[in-house]
Amino acid sequence: MSAYSVTAPSRRSKFFAGALVLLYTVITLLPLLWIISTGFKTGPDSIAYPPKVVFSPSLEGYVNLFTSRTRATNEQLAEMPPPANWVEEIVRRRNEVITGPSRFGERFMNSVIIGFGSTFLSIFLGTLAAYAFSRFRVPLKDDLMFFILSTRMMPPIAVAIPIFLMFRGLGLSDTHLGMILLYTGVNISLAVWLLKGFIDEIPREYEEAALIDGYTRFQAFRKVVLPQAATGIASTAIFCLIFAWNEYAFAVLLTSGNAQTAPPFIPTIIGVGGQDWPAVAAGATLFLLPVMVFTILLRKHLLRGITFGAVRK
Amino acid sequence: MAEVVLSHVNKAFGVTQASRDVSLTVPDGAFVVLLGPSGAGKTTLLRLISGLDKPDSGQITIGGQDVARLTPAERNVAMVFQQYSLYPHLTVRQNLEFPLKSPVLRTPQPEIEAKVAKVAEVLRIGHKLDNKATNLSGGEMQRVSIGRALVRNPSIYLMDEPLSSLDAKLRADLRIELKHIQADLGATILYVTHDQIEAMTLATHVGVLDHGELVQFGTPREIYEAPRTLAVAQRLGQPRINALPAGLFPDAPSGAATIALRPEHILLGEGREARVTRVERLGDQTRLHLRYEGHDLVTVADPHSRLESGDTIAMRPHNPLYFDQNGARIAQKG
Repeated sequence: MSAYSVTAPSRRSKFFAGALVLLYTVITLLPLLWIISTGFKTGPDSIAYPPKVVFSPSLEGYVNLFTSRTRATNEQLAEMPPPANWVEEIVRRRNEVITGPSRFGERFMNSVIIGFGSTFLSIFLGTLAAYAFSRFRVPLKDDLMFFILSTRMMPPIAVAIPIFLMFRGLGLSDTHLGMILLYTGVNISLAVWLLKGFIDEIPREYEEAALIDGYTRFQAFRKVVLPQAATGIASTAIFCLIFAWNEYAFAVLLTSGNAQTAPPFIPTIIGVGGQDWPAVAAGATLFLLPVMVFTILLRKHLLRGITFGAVRK
Repeated sequence: MAEVVLSHVNKAFGVTQASRDVSLTVPDGAFVVLLGPSGAGKTTLLRLISGLDKPDSGQITIGGQDVARLTPAERNVAMVFQQYSLYPHLTVRQNLEFPLKSPVLRTPQPEIEAKVAKVAEVLRIGHKLDNKATNLSGGEMQRVSIGRALVRNPSIYLMDEPLSSLDAKLRADLRIELKHIQADLGATILYVTHDQIEAMTLATHVGVLDHGELVQFGTPREIYEAPRTLAVAQRLGQPRINALPAGLFPDAPSGAATIALRPEHILLGEGREARVTRVERLGDQTRLHLRYEGHDLVTVADPHSRLESGDTIAMRPHNPLYFDQNGARIAQKG
């Protein structure tokens, strides 16, 4: 038996904590695993009961996701030249022929442009506003901060109709710019509040030192404040991106032919020739990837407290 | 290097008057030490000169130029902050290079390297140059922070208790090093401390501040031997000057409320009896705690003194300092 310690966890509490984390991990990852595996199933396998945990993988879902197809009879198939590649082969096995690419790629790119564009804009404006609120004497600062926060108190969709009318009046309906502005508008309050907290934590002494070292205030901001705010900026960016990436209601309402993002597009796959769950799952899997990659890339910044300890308190 | 002149400078933070009509000249090449209790307005003066704060009224000139409209960068001052303020995202080397690479200086790379190497050697941080600034001990951080000022050649160095968190040995070494640097470069330095040894050894001039006011300005000897007020007298001297009611001893001049005695103002072995309450043997000296007519005082005796607590010893004042009711010194004849 080791000596009693206030700080070191006991073996039992370690075990308990470990089990809890494991349970949580399983609960969060199971749906993800289900989606990813469904994407690699064939149509019949995806709706088999009892569910198939072990199955022979197929790229059918991914092929269906990226192509438009039409049914063909056996006679028609027999008259065609042999399949040119594995994609055509998969399609013909189910008595179908490819008529062209689907719109998924385009929709996915729309999501990328709108998601990352609005995240960049929210962070850019949010950082400048947060710095000003944190460092300068702004008249009615507290009221302004509360006003900014209050825009987040109502569910955004409550103003869907006015926004719809405004967008139509301004010619922003179904445009990338319109969606970027809308998502930035929703995210900016969160960005300002989060970033102000992070910037408040950076002692002013660093900027003062930089001012005396021969830099202007803007240079001090760029060279001293920004690198130290990296942690905060990274985590705020992830929040903004997740919102803009996953947003569904406004996307359905305001976009259709041109700027439609992936979330409203993916469900439309279901309607084309029966319930194509593997294609839906494949779309969802690909849709998950950017946010996951973005989060993993910025993970280092999320975990590291780089400003710890250089100013004597 | 340049002369820095403050005239009638006032600065208030809310209701606190941090600087009260301060007029002070830091001569070119001088090492001026500001002494005073915390909250006396020492740091405020540094910040006003550096341009981080603006005075409410009064004028500041650096090298004859009124700096009221100049930014800190344009004033060409270097400052050592009490809280180090090292840039935590940079290495020690990058911290030292930072001022040299500023848009104001734009130093060529070979010169930067030479300067950084020299300063690192003087401050003995050469082996830590590639450490992150956060990965240092308190003393090392403080040295880097001094180094970041020393790489430059500014009009004036402003130093806010730069040696406060070093251990005794390093502090003594750096004290000598700073004095050398000042003499070699002919640097003008304005230095804030509450360590009287630093004040006495480093300063060519000492300014004593109290409640935002510059109470006295002069050479260290003047401040020590001819303090203008009791508060000034109490800033310098180890052990601290003994302040007793003037009536306890004969020959007090008229108007005197307080008699102040440094150890050298107390002659032992003659005069009236006092009781020894405690003896502190410090090696190079022995401190006697005496009780005299209901008042405690501390003085210094010969290191080999055989006195023990409980003994009695005769003592009398010798050329003491007298202060009136308001703490102002009463000038004496002779």
